[in-house]
Order: sequence, then structure tokens, then C-alpha cells
Amino acid sequence: MNTATESIISVLVVVGALFALLGSIGLARLPDFMMRLHGPTKATTLGVGATLLASAVFFSDLDRGGISLHELAPLFFLFITAPVTAHLLAKAALHRRSKPGRRQAAKSKAQGTP
Amino acid sequence: MRRTILPRPGLSLTVFLLWAVITNAASLGLLVLGVVLAIVIPLLTRHFWPNPPRLARPWRALRFLGLFALDIITANWRVARQIIGPLHRLSPAFVEVPLDLRDPFIATLLASIVSLTPGTVSIDVDRQRWVLLVHALDAPDPEALIREIKERYELALREMFAC
Amino acid sequence: MLNAAIEIAFVLIGAALALNVYRLLVGPDTTDRILALDTLGINSIALLILYGISTASSAYFEAALLLALLGFVGTVALCKYLLRGDISE
Repeated sequence: MNTATESIISVLVVVGALFALLGSIGLARLPDFMMRLHGPTKATTLGVGATLLASAVFFSDLDRGGISLHELAPLFFLFITAPVTAHLLAKAALHRRSKPGRRQAAKSKAQGTP
Repeated sequence: MRRTILPRPGLSLTVFLLWAVITNAASLGLLVLGVVLAIVIPLLTRHFWPNPPRLARPWRALRFLGLFALDIITANWRVARQIIGPLHRLSPAFVEVPLDLRDPFIATLLASIVSLTPGTVSIDVDRQRWVLLVHALDAPDPEALIREIKERYELALREMFAC
Repeated sequence: MLNAAIEIAFVLIGAALALNVYRLLVGPDTTDRILALDTLGINSIALLILYGISTASSAYFEAALLLALLGFVGTVALCKYLLRGDISE
């Protein structure tokens, strides 16, 4: 492994971990649920994405057989699912916050009682 | 004939490429299995898929993808600084973005893009009024935010899909 | 250099996991706990990938992929439960 690829991998690994930590700091530090949602959705996703890229570069360099692309699958999966998770969590939070009465109604409807 | 074996060529291609990527395309047998999966999975799931609008300008889409990747990085930089910085300076807000597009698939795409890019998370797409409800981490000027989302992303998506 | 970078990254991810656990225990609402669990899952993917690099073994990749899939499905199921009081529709 030459110095250039090694430094690329090192930078990607450290920057990725740093962004993952930043997302978690946002999760722990921000005062309101809606604000907390921002950290993990964006920063942590990018952080893990950078780590996966580093892994792809590392194993492409390691195997003499050829390039290793299978890290791209979880990478795209994470980038596609992060907004969906955030969307559902935000909806659930709004639902719980604003309509406790309606939640009760939905529950009794699900149980089949009026 | 082509319709009965390959109801969705795009989906088949995606399944095959995903299979090749996950298995690292290690051997011919794995690739043959990938072809089988690429034919069987779309056939089995064909009733679940909605009809997405046709991609009218693929090159425009490719350029947009590059721009989007850059935006993700700058957005992360911004959010990172906001998370570490003093919290009392943030002004979080719910913003309603009126939409011009009228397609559920593209609205979903726009909502996902908005969640990943500037300091915003999309919360709800109202399909009666066609309004996208967005929560912004720091929005001192909601009008500017609405303009940014509409010009930067909605317009590009509408051009790409020609709707 | 790479070994030092991986050690640093282990420490950073470890701190991130600790913060996630803090949010998981403190709450205050159920949605906070779900978000903390989801982030815990994503961070542990990063940890697994890092461990894979440090041991130069790609055996951990499948575990990371499964963790991503199951984490997403689990989070969606929990959110659906909060929204409807029922997981299946």
C-alpha cells in the first residue's frame, strides 16, 4: 500500500468518525426533538458513508484480484433510508405531541370499539 | 414478449447491478444467479410498483446528482457548525413550502432530497393542498428558505421529469 | 499512519455510542429513544467497518449490511406502532 492511498483512507476514516460523533453530539445536546432529528439524519449518515468509502478503497487496494465495490450497497441504502426514518420519526413525534385525544381514538378504533 | 419477461427493465438492471456489487461479481455462477434474480424479482413484485413518471432528461439528472452530492457536504458542514456553536443563536422553525409539482413520486423524491440537504428535515407532504411541511434547524428568514428549496431542487426535478 | 487513524476513529465512534446511550436512557419521549436506537445502530455499522479495516478482513461486511437493513426495518416498525397503535396495516 503506497502513501497516497494510505493517507486517503486515513483522512476518510477520521473525518467519517468525526461526523458520526458530531451527529451524536447533536442528538445529545440539542434541546428539542425536532432539532435533535437533524444531527443523526445528516451528519451521522455522511460519517458512516465516509467510513464505508474508506473500506472500499482499502479492500480494493488489498485484494490483488480487483476492486471491491460491495461497500457501495450499504452506502446507498443508508442514504436512501435516512430521510425515510427522519420523516416517520418526525410524523410520530408530531402525532404524539399534538393529538393525544386522537391517538386514543385511533387505538379504540383499532380494537374495534367506537 | 419483452413486456411479459421484463416488465420493468430499469428495476431488473438495478437488481442485477446491486447483486453484482454485493457479491463483488466474484464468479460466473454468481452472475448467472444475478440474471435469474433480475428476472424473477420484478415479475414477483410487479403489482406493487406505482408508475413513476418517465425521466425526460437523463443528462440533466446526472448533473443534478453531482450538484446534490456537493450540497450534502456543504449542508453537513453547516449543520456541524450549528451543532457545536452556541444554541441560543439558532432559530428553529416549521416552514410550509407550497409545491408546484403534482406527482406523488416526485414529491417523495423532493422530500428525501430536502431531508438530506440544507438544515431542513421534511415532515409531511400534504397531498390535498400540495404543501411540503419542513422543519429547519436555523431559519431566520423562512421566505429565503422556501425560495431556495423551490429554485434549487423543485425546479430541477420538474425539468428532469418534464412535469 | 493508518493504524493511528483507525485508533482515533475508534475513540471518536466510541464517544458517539456513549452519547447515543445517554440519549437512550434519558429520553424524554419514546421518539427520542427510537432515534437514539437508530443512531446507535448506524454508529455500530461504522464500528464494524472500522474493525474490518483494522483486521484486514471483509468478513464483517455482511454483518454491517444486515445491521443496516434490520435497523431500518425496526425503526420503521416502531414508528408505525406509535402512529397507528399497530404495526401491520
